[in-house]
Amino acid sequence: MTRLSILIVEKDHDRAQKIVEGIAAAGPHDVTVLTETGGLARRIAEVSPDIVLIEVADPSRDVLEDLALASGPLDRPVAMFVDHSDEHLTRAAIEAGVSAYVVDGLQPERIKPILDAAIARFHMVSKMRAELAATKAALEDRKIIDRAKAILMKSKGIDEEAAYALLRKTAMDRKLRVAEIAGQLVMAAGLLS
Amino acid sequence: MSLACLRLGYLPLIDAAPLIVAEELGFAAEEGLALDLTRMANWSQVRDMLAMGAIEAAHMLVPMPVAQRMGLGPATPDFDLLMVLSQGGQAIAVSAALAARLRAVGHGFGFDDPAAARDALAAVVSGPLVVGVPFPFSTQAELVRRFVALSPLAAQITIRTVPPPQMAAALASGEVDAFCVGEPWASHAVETAAGALLVAGRAIWQAAPEKGLVVTHRFAETRPEETARLIRALWRACRWLDGPENRATAAEILARADYLNLPPELCERGLLGRLHISAAGDIRPCPGFIRFHEGAANFPWRSLAALLARGIAEAQGLDPVAAMAAAKAAFRTDLYRAALRPMGAELPAASSRIEGALREATPARAEDGTMILGPDAFFDGATFDPDFQTC
Repeated sequence: MTRLSILIVEKDHDRAQKIVEGIAAAGPHDVTVLTETGGLARRIAEVSPDIVLIEVADPSRDVLEDLALASGPLDRPVAMFVDHSDEHLTRAAIEAGVSAYVVDGLQPERIKPILDAAIARFHMVSKMRAELAATKAALEDRKIIDRAKAILMKSKGIDEEAAYALLRKTAMDRKLRVAEIAGQLVMAAGLLS
Repeated sequence: MSLACLRLGYLPLIDAAPLIVAEELGFAAEEGLALDLTRMANWSQVRDMLAMGAIEAAHMLVPMPVAQRMGLGPATPDFDLLMVLSQGGQAIAVSAALAARLRAVGHGFGFDDPAAARDALAAVVSGPLVVGVPFPFSTQAELVRRFVALSPLAAQITIRTVPPPQMAAALASGEVDAFCVGEPWASHAVETAAGALLVAGRAIWQAAPEKGLVVTHRFAETRPEETARLIRALWRACRWLDGPENRATAAEILARADYLNLPPELCERGLLGRLHISAAGDIRPCPGFIRFHEGAANFPWRSLAALLARGIAEAQGLDPVAAMAAAKAAFRTDLYRAALRPMGAELPAASSRIEGALREATPARAEDGTMILGPDAFFDGATFDPDFQTC
């Protein structure tokens, strides 16, 4: 079977690498990664891929719609979304956050394993990204609470434990998160200092 | 009373204001609706999310449901346009290099004279001219085609899709020589000194319909009550937005991090009609640069669907007659009337008209008495009769 040329448009290098690994497992294909989206149309013309994989929410996606259209408006070479033969696959792809643009005439049985692999990898990287965001947010919360505690300890002459208890009680009374109360305190202290 | 929740998708542009204002100022709640607004990153995503039912309604380029009904792009369920949400709000910009050449031949950058701008451009451009637009099926593409139609430039231009936030960079890098885009992205290019504003969209076509409220045909047919409430909520939001005293407030709300996440000063220019046309800070007052309501701006004229369908059909080499018939069915004047009649809104007697016929605001027959229609002329005097296709 001939190798397919697959182009992955993904700014984040680590994410792109994960997707490449997934596709490598689906068979021997020529995979190109594009991390810069400036001049996208020109780069695609150079690579001339059989399949382009891009995140559903990538701002550059509309450029691909334009290219797909230019290749023949009613040939529908566009996106797996088009392919009514497998509505389930289409939905799975969009829910995972990946859209695929496929050249006209490529058989569905050749596309499916690649898209299955891409969907699995996109799910994985989305999960990783969500976890990373949650970790970051927790870290931010921790920092702001520490600063609020320090302000209370200094101005009220209380120890760390009492400062945290005070923050927590205030948060409960106001039905807010401890980090929110801490944020308000830090901001107010900033204004007063 | 608990509110019925509808999920709506939008792109971060000043013309997303009706959706945001409807939710923020309680026009949706008055209709018993809570709008769950999701900011999206590209028009294909908005289309896909609407098609698969991840959102119930969308802020969408008016030509998109037209193209969908013509069978262009991926196969999706049929879309219906319930109302027009805005007119104008776009500007054509040229690169800094082209701007310098235009100044050298004495062009004054009046921003309001398309014929003068076009002729000056034709005089300084000899080879190809690449023009960026936000999407293949966009009011911007229609405006660009109209702008150059009667000039040698028509044979020189290539229209290419560039995502609005990347327009300034594309202009600076020479990927495009000019672009037509909605605010705040034209002003963004001026701020980054990538280019200068040449002409306002409304100077080319006074009633250029920019965004519409779009749902799937299935949604409109199976959930008529929520459809009607949504139309009323957005109609009220649009009316509020056309109060001149409200525009600065609207800019403040839009600028917030959870919406456009841009400086209010940048959002304000288009909304207040005070555009900086160059990095040097030349200001051009442009009253009515964007309109949300006045002059029957919200009415989804079927003739408008036909006009846009014909433009797309010609650009794609398709049969215009079939395209116009398919597109007209998507513009739901029936639902618009049924939703707004009970609240005494002015409704035109006809659902189709000769497009481009009004040079100024003109009284017209309404369902009940008369009403004022806003000007809708093209700068080149063209008119479009949906029954005879005269232009």
